[in-house]
Amino acid sequence: MEDKVMITCVSCPMGCDLNVEVIDEEIKKVEGNRCPRGVEYAKAEYFNPTRVLPTTAKVKGGILPLVPVKTAKPIPKGLLEKAMREIAKVELEAPVKLGDIVIKNVLDTGVDVVATRDLAKK
Amino acid sequence: MNKQSYDLVVVGGGPAGLAAAQEAYDQGVRDILIMERDFELGGILQQCIHNGFGLHFFGEELTGPEYAQRFMEKVAERGIDIKLDTMVLEVTPDKKVYAVNSKEGMLEIDAKAVVMAMGCRERTREAIGIPGSRVAGVFSAGTAQRYINMEGYMPGKKVVILGSGDIGLIMARRMHLEGAEVEAVLELLPFSGGLTRNIVQCLDDFDIPLRLSQTVTRIHGKERLEGVSVAKVDKNLKPIPGSEYYIECDTLLLSVGLIPENELSVAAGIELASVTGGPIVNECRETNINGIFACGNVLHVHDLVDYVTEESKLAGKAAALYLQDKIVKRDKEINIIAGDNIGYIVPHKITEKIEERKRVDLYMRGKRPMENAQILVMDGDKKLFAKKERFVKPAEMISIPLPEKMIEQLEGSTVEVKIVEGGE
Ligand SMILES: Cc1cc2nc3c(=O)[nH]c(=O)nc-3n(C[C@H](O)[C@H](O)[C@H](O)COP(=O)(O)OP(=O)(O)OC[C@H]3O[C@@H](n4cnc5c(N)ncnc54)[C@H](O)[C@@H]3O)c2cc1C
Ligand code: SF4
Repeated sequence: MEDKVMITCVSCPMGCDLNVEVIDEEIKKVEGNRCPRGVEYAKAEYFNPTRVLPTTAKVKGGILPLVPVKTAKPIPKGLLEKAMREIAKVELEAPVKLGDIVIKNVLDTGVDVVATRDLAKK
Repeated sequence: MNKQSYDLVVVGGGPAGLAAAQEAYDQGVRDILIMERDFELGGILQQCIHNGFGLHFFGEELTGPEYAQRFMEKVAERGIDIKLDTMVLEVTPDKKVYAVNSKEGMLEIDAKAVVMAMGCRERTREAIGIPGSRVAGVFSAGTAQRYINMEGYMPGKKVVILGSGDIGLIMARRMHLEGAEVEAVLELLPFSGGLTRNIVQCLDDFDIPLRLSQTVTRIHGKERLEGVSVAKVDKNLKPIPGSEYYIECDTLLLSVGLIPENELSVAAGIELASVTGGPIVNECRETNINGIFACGNVLHVHDLVDYVTEESKLAGKAAALYLQDKIVKRDKEINIIAGDNIGYIVPHKITEKIEERKRVDLYMRGKRPMENAQILVMDGDKKLFAKKERFVKPAEMISIPLPEKMIEQLEGSTVEVKIVEGGE
């Protein structure tokens, strides 16, 4: 199987546009990178793009109705919207502490969703 | 009126104010007060829930609230006095600070030194003059950010964002993930003012289109926004007749720039620089009024909070030295000049001698994107040194260290920095 894609390298501010050629699940050619890091980036981004997901979770009885949360590590990009739906189901109880686990092992990624600030009781 | 006195008053409890207070404390000042109008410390960072903060300063990627909390803890550990829900109304040239809060009423605080750290605010529809009806549904991106991330209220369902700086890009992703349809991000200039990483991870990831050289020419609707007219613009950024089209939407977010919040500074008699909109300062971040310092977004708009922290530590340290009477003037004042292709440089001048200082960092922004650039640092007509930069972007601040030894040996009384194309 052959695939040609364009990937923008974000490993440094140059932001090179990489033309990537993939044949049978193997990267055959990368063009447009101004340095070797572009090739590494293209590999990671083609086969397993991941992102940290920062969002908010509902809180009862806090000084604010929401607390910011994030996935403690990057999760697969394709799971971002599903993870949003999981986090939307949660309702925490104040007080919340920075680092508190909001969801353990979200969507079996092995990654926890954690709170990113303290939130005191009202 | 309730009268109090402090050695150091810090106006604003965002990252700038917190770092300045902490550093002043660590340099020996004990009688410090932070005054913040909001109900908590942390400033704008509390609503910036995305990650990407702290890479320079902590060597790890934090979200805005995490970054803020680290500094709030440092301030708490030191037992620095804080007044929340307290609006500073006036700072006088002889450093009396007038403020009001509901517990103490009107306050008059006699300060020996003041750090101005009020941050910035967003430009509004009025500031850029988009014609059309006065309707609900037009927000600044930062206001929408606060609604969604702190107050739990979604501004709308079908969104157009004007302005592709980082705040606009971040809000595009945020609104998309919260279930809104983001129709497009429009940018007046032929390039985005945001980081490449944000273009990829906030727009490309979700197939949100970025339309360059386009702007909103009219706002439509009766009570609620119903849509916007959009046109392409020419080289002079003027709408091209006939290129107009219509986008249906119930929400327009404006992310069209930030302005340092300097009403207090002006009233205090502080001189402002026209390009940055912030005070003119020396390398200690001291304004033209002795003992009044400025740092963070009130001085110039930073894209990275890490730089805010660095700068605010300089201001905090200088405030301490000032209070301890340890600041010595140089015989010769050195003016820093923004030359070709440079928008501005902070500090504007070097005027003090400070023991053990090894260098003065100059922070600057390029005027336009440039590849394989060279940054030239000049002593009058003489070249001091050159630094190659593979890529210069107005969105990314450049810092150039000026070694103390070099400053000592300057022949003239100016240092000019310029950006030229190509390595020699
Ligand atoms: C909407 C928005 C989004 C941003 N997003 C990012 C981002 O994604 N990444 C990034 O690195 N940077 C971002 N920035 C910039 C970043 O937040 C700043 O670098 C940093 O917060 C600046 O710190 P500061 O302390 O100077 O200002 P602020 O954080 O704005 O703090 C100023 C404080 O002063 C207080 N204050 C102002 N006037 C008074 C008064 N009269 N009396 C009492 N208190 C007062 C305010 O309430 C506020 O708490 C953003 C800025 C804005 C405006
Ligand atoms: S390929 Fe190299 S130069 Fe280009 S963006 Fe990636 S890291 Fe930077």
